Amino acid sequence: MNIMDILVAKKLRILADAAKYDASCSSSGSKGRKAGEGAIGSTTGSGICHSYTPDGRCISLLKILLTNYCLFDCAYCINRRSSNVQRARFTVEEVVSLTLGFYKRNYIEGLFLSSGIIKTPDHTMEELVRVARSLRRDHGFAGYIHLKTIPEASPWLIEQAGLWADRLSINVELPTVLGLKALAPEKDGGTIAAAMGQMNERMIEAKEEKRRFAPAGQSTQMIVGADAATDEMVLNTSASLYGNFRLRRVYYSAFSPIPEASSVLPVKAPPLRRENRLYQADWLLRYYGFSAPEIASSGEGGMLDLDIDPKLAWALKNRDRFPVDVNTGERELLLRVPGLGARAVDKIIVARRHTALGLDDIRRLSPGLKRARPFLITRDHSPARLTDRLDLRERLAPPPTQLGLFE
Amino acid sequence: MNMTLTQVALQPGGDLDGFRAAARRLIGRDTPPGQVIWTSEGDLFGAAPEGEGAPLMLPKLTGEIIPLVVCHNDPQRYGLLYTLIWRLTHGERHLMQIASDPLVHRLYIMAKSVRRDLHKMHAFVRFRQLDLPGGGERFMAWFEPEHFIVEATAQFFVDRFRGMDWAILTPKGSLHWDTRTLTIGPPGERAAAPQMDDFEQHWLDYYEATFNPARVNPTVMKREMAVKYWKNLPEAEIIPRLIHEAAPRVQAMIEREAEMSTKRNPDKAVAAMADQTPKSLDALNRLILESVPPAPFSPRAVLGEGLIGARIAFVGEQPGDQEDIEGRPFIGPAGQLLDRALEEAGIVRAETYVTNAVKNFKFKPSGKRRIHQTPTTGEIKHYRWWLERELEFVHPHLVVALGATATQALAGKAMPVMKNRGATSAFGAWPGFITIHPSSLLRQPDEAAKTAGYKAFVDDLKRAGALAA
Repeated sequence: MNIMDILVAKKLRILADAAKYDASCSSSGSKGRKAGEGAIGSTTGSGICHSYTPDGRCISLLKILLTNYCLFDCAYCINRRSSNVQRARFTVEEVVSLTLGFYKRNYIEGLFLSSGIIKTPDHTMEELVRVARSLRRDHGFAGYIHLKTIPEASPWLIEQAGLWADRLSINVELPTVLGLKALAPEKDGGTIAAAMGQMNERMIEAKEEKRRFAPAGQSTQMIVGADAATDEMVLNTSASLYGNFRLRRVYYSAFSPIPEASSVLPVKAPPLRRENRLYQADWLLRYYGFSAPEIASSGEGGMLDLDIDPKLAWALKNRDRFPVDVNTGERELLLRVPGLGARAVDKIIVARRHTALGLDDIRRLSPGLKRARPFLITRDHSPARLTDRLDLRERLAPPPTQLGLFE
Repeated sequence: MNMTLTQVALQPGGDLDGFRAAARRLIGRDTPPGQVIWTSEGDLFGAAPEGEGAPLMLPKLTGEIIPLVVCHNDPQRYGLLYTLIWRLTHGERHLMQIASDPLVHRLYIMAKSVRRDLHKMHAFVRFRQLDLPGGGERFMAWFEPEHFIVEATAQFFVDRFRGMDWAILTPKGSLHWDTRTLTIGPPGERAAAPQMDDFEQHWLDYYEATFNPARVNPTVMKREMAVKYWKNLPEAEIIPRLIHEAAPRVQAMIEREAEMSTKRNPDKAVAAMADQTPKSLDALNRLILESVPPAPFSPRAVLGEGLIGARIAFVGEQPGDQEDIEGRPFIGPAGQLLDRALEEAGIVRAETYVTNAVKNFKFKPSGKRRIHQTPTTGEIKHYRWWLERELEFVHPHLVVALGATATQALAGKAMPVMKNRGATSAFGAWPGFITIHPSSLLRQPDEAAKTAGYKAFVDDLKRAGALAA
């Protein structure tokens, strides 16, 4: 390696480390696109995970910061201005050439670029836009680009970013406005909502007018466990984000110990199980017809049950709604059966037009029969008294496992 | 009933064409699945194909599943598929919809396994760059798929790496792309692919840096990136070390006390951060010039011109052909008409400010001509923030919207011009006035209407002039 490569390598290590606390990695949601003559890049609707790190998370995009110098002082962030972390700054050209180098070797689907705030939000956002513009215009790059939008930047920069990016995102960071005020003094909930609103409006118009503006929509991230917000507050915020701004995804990120921690936040192991339950609840919200209050009612005091998944927890508290007959039950009810996924339900509905389904049939259609069984009636099975059993929860909860080192 | 067995010899790998022809032939002769022996080592005895049967009418789902299952490495695949076709054509037309049927279930699982293998090949191929003596870039990869999917992945790699010279070698066949033509070749050798690429160190560095040791979870990693793929993934080499080091790294983070910041006092920089809007019309105009317009617009932005502090500011729709060429607003036919009307209304153009709601020319090429296109709502909004800042610098007494686009840009919503003609309070902070765009007079075919329209336009300008005074 020559000296330039060594410098770039050092920056890459610092600025990838600085970017990794953003959970979003997806390269999905864009329209299918192919490389033009002499160029590279394509997108598939569902995206591709090119690798997995030992934390079980996928690598789909080159996820880096343009710089980790930052004027903001958000307590949960390793890059806040008061942190003593090592700093670095890429040039636009360096990011472009790393992205192309990674892409040509098939390491990634594209670029996920974010940045600390330097000089001004506008200046920072302009730099992000320059990277995307250079990839698209100077290199004909047709791969995936996800740009982090800086809500404090002027609205014209969001307009520019949407011309080049597949996805735009702004992190709401904390579930409540109060939490944000306490931990991120430079951020403002109203500014974030306004920018999300602007992006949503432009995405709707572009779709109607058949123009290109961030075709993969917008997403956001909430940090879980950095403040006192309950799961119910988190889910209410998600539901309103999905409803008001048509977000494609809300990512939940268990607050993770960081080097150079702030004294405001006690450093402890990340609440990974809670994060997992929130993701499950999020699916119920989006694909299973549950409302946020319904999901929250499955736990206690606004917190989800950590030992069993929220769908099972809800079913155990609403036993009068079961059992459901797989051969006659409505889709909405089948979707509420623990252990039956949306795909299995759809297959059941098609198959039962031609045959009366038995337990063996359900076993072939769904991997979750064990959990579903007490809640189902099939041709050859009726759980009758099973749903009344007091020990049903114990029978269905996964056996207590030895807690992992950091759970 | 004839109980002789029929042997069908297909080509090695996934022989979709051979299978399709054989299935047609066999169904045509009403040969039940139990009487067919399928082999796929090639036709050793060189028996001539026995002619095509009639095409089979099969449900759509079958068409999706057969090409996938044919690629599966299970030697029973053809027999299972033929049984499916037999049942579909012998009274079980809806069989595909019964996903719980044991055969259908098994075929779905096989198709899923092939789909997953395709997906993993798209994901886990790692190109290495070759050292070419004459310069130029060439990339090559070695990959080991589970099923016979090499041909089926070709289109994906061509679509993605069209401008690149590349080859993928596998034990089941190879792909070669020279930026123009695809060649599907015989199985390759691992040794024929490059063993290193200096750039790869960046990838390993990235892989390590993006890993969060506080969340270590190898089970999930192995579920998604099965160990069987690791031998061809350069990053897999460092996985054991990363897992081994994770716990002590996190323990060190937890035990470490929060430290005082060693940064200089940031107050000045933080204060300066909030002060980012352009400080002059020139600074704003530089932003407009440097920005790229949405798709079908001319790249040249035409800026407003005139007097800062003018009593009256005119906002038109967008630059036209002429304006785009010369880079100045309202100088084409509509501009000349505006000049004439202004003069008759007693307004000196040099004492006003003239600009457009949309700064770039939107057009559709038609032969040598460029045909004006009306900007959409979204496009008008794209420029709206700039227009607002621009007017703040000019600070006129009255803002005159010429036509529907300008009215929409200034009011933030569409308003019919003829109905709202005259003074308006719909332009936010600015006393406003709505009138027609002079180009609408140019398009008017009826001479009498044109004359009347022109007179009304001049009258509007007179009233606007009086309001601005």
